[in-house]
Order: sequence, then C-alpha cells, then structure tokens
Amino acid sequence: MIAIVHYNAGNTRSVTNALERLGYEARVTDDPAQIQQAEKVILPGVGEAASAMHYLKEKGLDRLLPALDQPVLGICLGLQLMCRYSEEGDTSGMAIFNTEVKRFPPGGRVPHMGWNNLRQVSGALFAGIDPDADVYFVHSYYAACCAHTVARSDYLLPFSAALQHNNFYAVQFHPEKSAGTGAEILKNFLTL
Amino acid sequence: MLKKRIIPCLDIRDGRTVKGIHFEQLRDAGDPVALAQLYVEQGADELVFLDITATVEKRKTLCSLVSRAARAIDIPFTVGGGISSVEDALQLIRSGADKISINSAAVLRPELITELAARLGSQCVVVAIDTRKIEGIDHVFIQGGRQATPLVTVDWARQAEAYGAGEILLTSMNKDGTGSGFDLAVTQEVSQAVSLPVIASGGAGSEEHFKTLFEATDTAAALAAGIFHFGRLSLPQLKAYLKTANIPVR
Repeated sequence: MIAIVHYNAGNTRSVTNALERLGYEARVTDDPAQIQQAEKVILPGVGEAASAMHYLKEKGLDRLLPALDQPVLGICLGLQLMCRYSEEGDTSGMAIFNTEVKRFPPGGRVPHMGWNNLRQVSGALFAGIDPDADVYFVHSYYAACCAHTVARSDYLLPFSAALQHNNFYAVQFHPEKSAGTGAEILKNFLTL
Repeated sequence: MLKKRIIPCLDIRDGRTVKGIHFEQLRDAGDPVALAQLYVEQGADELVFLDITATVEKRKTLCSLVSRAARAIDIPFTVGGGISSVEDALQLIRSGADKISINSAAVLRPELITELAARLGSQCVVVAIDTRKIEGIDHVFIQGGRQATPLVTVDWARQAEAYGAGEILLTSMNKDGTGSGFDLAVTQEVSQAVSLPVIASGGAGSEEHFKTLFEATDTAAALAAGIFHFGRLSLPQLKAYLKTANIPVR
C-alpha cells in the first residue's frame, strides 16, 4: 500500500489521480499506524509551512516520518517541511535534509510558476530522465542547494529542484502535473 | 530557464465544448476531456476550462467534468466561469481543478480574492480581467464583457495583486475574436504594474502574434481558443516556430 499523508494542506487528489494513471492504488491518511506499514509514503503539499507543520506535530507525524525506513517522497511543500528550517512562518522542519528554505528575493515575479528545466540531475529518481527535462513548478519559497541536492533548477538563483538522503526523496516541482516526465519520475519512485 | 506557457482555452456549456470543433483524431469533438487530452499530447503547457453556463444546476455537470478531466490530464488546469463564493471554488478544487479563475465576482467584492487565497493559497487564484478601451483608456468590463465599470484596468490589476491574486489572466475585448494579434500595450502595462505572472489573451491569429507578444512584453503565458480549435495553427507547429525564434518554450 502507498500512503499519501493527509495534513490538511492542499490537494492530495492530483497525486492520487497520477498514481492511478500509473496503476497504483494509494490511501490518503494521517494515521501513524497506516503510514508506518505502507510500502511507500508520499508527503504531498500545496499550502503554508507553519500550519502544515503544526498539523504534522499534532498527529505525531513530525517524529514518525523522519524515522521511517521505507522510501518517502516529499512534493513541493512536502520537500520544504523535510528541510531544517523554513522562512515561511518561521517554521522548524523535520531536518531530514540539511538545508534551509527561503523566500525568492524581491525583484522577480513570484510565485515561480510554470515549466522550467532541471540540471545536474543524479540518483535513482531521475533514471532515464532527460537531464534537462522541463517540469512544472509553483512555489514562492525554495530550498537552497546543499550536499543532498540531486537536481537543480534556476529561477532568479539556483535552487534545489530535488533532494535525496538515504530513503528520503523530495522534489520541489509537481511530478503529478509534469506530463510524461513527471510520470516517469513517479514511476522511478514507485519501483524503488 | 522558465518557459513561456501556451494555454489553450476550452469554452464549456452543459459539460460540452461550445465551438464546432472538428479534429480528425477525435471521435467526439464535443467532449472537453477528449479535446483536452489531445492538447496535452500536442504539448499544451496548461489548460483553461471556461464554463459559460454556470447556473446552480449546471454546477454539478461541471464538477463531474472537472473530476473526469483531473483523472485524465497530467498538466495543470484552471476552471473559471460563474465562481462567486469560496464554496463554489472549493467544490471545483476538490473535484481536481488546480486553479480557479474569478472575474465579475472579484470586481464586485474584492475581498473574495483574499478569502480564496487564505483558503486555497494564492497560487490557486487566477483573477481574470476583461479589458476594453473607453476613450482610449483600458477599463475593466464584467458580466461576460457586457457591463462597463469605472475601474481602470491597470489599477484593478494592482489591487487584485494586493488582495492576494496569484496570477492575472488579461483578455483584451478589443482584440478578442479579431485574429489581429494580442494587445501588446495593455499587456505590457499590466505586466509591469504587478509582480505576478500575467497571461495574455485575445487576438491570436498567427504564430507571429505569439512571437511578437513574447518579444514585446514580459507576459508569462499566452492563452488562445479559436486558433487552436479550428486547426488554423497546431501546438507542435507553434512551439517549433517559437523555438526557432529563440522564445523559450517547452
């Protein structure tokens, strides 16, 4: 079973739909026991960092998720919550990735919205993916590049398009909305 | 590099596409989802479904269409038409829309933008503006373009941003349906007035029009309906043309 973590932040439907298109069934849940038992766990998210983190803490998921040993995939806000700290709402994250999340500097159009290309991709998530493939982003905050960065992208500055540390994977873009490329990346995660 | 987006728009009435579209590839050209899937395969960057019925009863039809589209389509899509409350918007987002667009309701009660942004996040809230010149100055029109307002377009765009909009969809009524090119002046004026992405709409009649739009303005995206529906220009053709003209497209 694949668990999609429900945490009151945004749209789990599009992730569920994307998994269904790939022939996988997922359960949307915030139940620690179900998440613990899942083969794979996805932390999706469109929303605001502080309230999302608050919800995870209420359910005890802020301690459960970093302790999981099955593959975990954070998407968008999910990625940001897996970092050490986010400027959005002055939020302490789960510190799986040793980096900080900052707001894009003034002077550019924010949110960073639309198709942008990856670069310097590596690791299992991107097996068979065109190294400068375009994927769909929507975000106003970004994770700074660090030792866990496995794909970069550029908007106003270089940032982490994807992070990986042990069994923890995360993407800033929306694979569920990134057409064929996104489907391939999801498939890579689901077949880990 | 962030790419310029090309966004086909599908007009929907009673759950069916409005215009008499004929594509050899499609068995049922009136099915919006089938048409949408064709556009996705051809490289559309996003889609907009604009419901022009938008009565309470027809809402259910629209929601079931949106959930069918969400299961089939793997790029972002916006749904607009007749949204006048947070509840309307929530129904569509829950059905699987990525963004909703509001027009008249936002002009009549701008706080709605703030309420939607608080509930859904700004990135879900597209403020659509229909603009038309009155004595040479662009003004906002509402109710499907039938009613003039005293609002100057560029001022309203700034206000919409301040209220919490995530994106502006700007349609030039002077240009819409003419095929004579986008309104570059008002598009650039609005693009420079806000720091949000602006989608230009109205007037696309040839591939050159898209090139000129992206060269002459800071607009993030171009929306068009007729030129794609009637097969005058295909998305792959347009993308190839823009690439050779050094416009960054996917």
